[in-house]
Amino acid sequence: MIGHLTSKPGSSRANKTGSWRTEAKPKFLKKNCIACRMCVYICPEGIISGEGKNTFTCDLDYCKGCGSCAAICPKKDIEMIPEVEGQ
Amino acid sequence: MAETLFKPGHTACAGCGQAIAARLVIDAAGKNTIIANNTGCLEVFSTKYPESAWCVPWIHSLFENCSAVASGVESGLKFLGKKEGVNVIAQAGDGGTADIGLQALSGMLERGHDVLFVCYDNEAYMNTGIQRSGLTPTTSNTTTTPTGSASFGNPRPKKPMPDIAAAHGIPYAATASVGYPQDIQKKVKKALGIKGPKYLQIHVPCPLGWRHESSLTPEVAKLAVETGLYPIFEYENGQLIPRKIATLKPVEEYLKLQGRFKHLLKDPKALKEIQAVADYNVKKYGLSA
Repeated sequence: MIGHLTSKPGSSRANKTGSWRTEAKPKFLKKNCIACRMCVYICPEGIISGEGKNTFTCDLDYCKGCGSCAAICPKKDIEMIPEVEGQ
Repeated sequence: MAETLFKPGHTACAGCGQAIAARLVIDAAGKNTIIANNTGCLEVFSTKYPESAWCVPWIHSLFENCSAVASGVESGLKFLGKKEGVNVIAQAGDGGTADIGLQALSGMLERGHDVLFVCYDNEAYMNTGIQRSGLTPTTSNTTTTPTGSASFGNPRPKKPMPDIAAAHGIPYAATASVGYPQDIQKKVKKALGIKGPKYLQIHVPCPLGWRHESSLTPEVAKLAVETGLYPIFEYENGQLIPRKIATLKPVEEYLKLQGRFKHLLKDPKALKEIQAVADYNVKKYGLSA
């Protein structure tokens, strides 16, 4: 019989999914942000953080470039910019 | 990095609605939570051996029995006198809820365990390649209901799972959508504050299976609600509380964004039939503002 298996909590972080991006990555313009946190709510990776207006950033080590944050931002303060290799 | 109990590095597709909802649910439930998870997309992408995205005790059951496992966890905690302050969540996709896991779910609801069941409804078996499930909507193009000269997509209507759950006489059954993230968290907190079995079904777009752009996940989810095709409501002790829609939109607005409904757009009769489904929902659940 196989015993129970355990894994370290949150160990998926070893898996840097940022390498999945092929086309675009989000750029937080930090101009018209009203800190509504919609980008934080909607990010499928849960990697957007910030405390007040114009402070929000995204961890590109994990961002898959889906563009949902830019799509949901009511102030259009997140832009998807072309992914350039090696940057 | 943002504080969350569902860490990045999981292998969900870009724009995955289920990944959004799973994080919102566990973050609303908090760290004193134990999860039993049916087989499905969520199980596969969040626990790629030997890694785990979860920061709470998490058990993978079989495809059909997370409800039974969660029942056992809850009963064990009760026996040990440790249930107070600990949430037990059973969660599954739509196939694991409405088809394969329905018997175990029904048993759990019937026995009255203090467990919240969360169904992440992406409307087909996405993990294995977009096969039709009991929660796939009418006419949807899936790999087992392909469209062509002899078939017009899924021939059967979507199973009214929240009503089936509510019919067990449980204290709380509700639907929610990734288009309204705060509403998901509000309902999880509300449900966990109620003793007894609870059912929450969350509409989670699947860019791959529904064939829409990954950036459209929030918009597609919202449009499903705004057209009346995915009614948002709660049953509190059997009492229906709908989320009203201020301005109902025509179903085309939802359908046209998705490849799985592409064949409908050239067929006015089929569009009328889908509109009739939305109109039925509006009437049945009292969605008109």
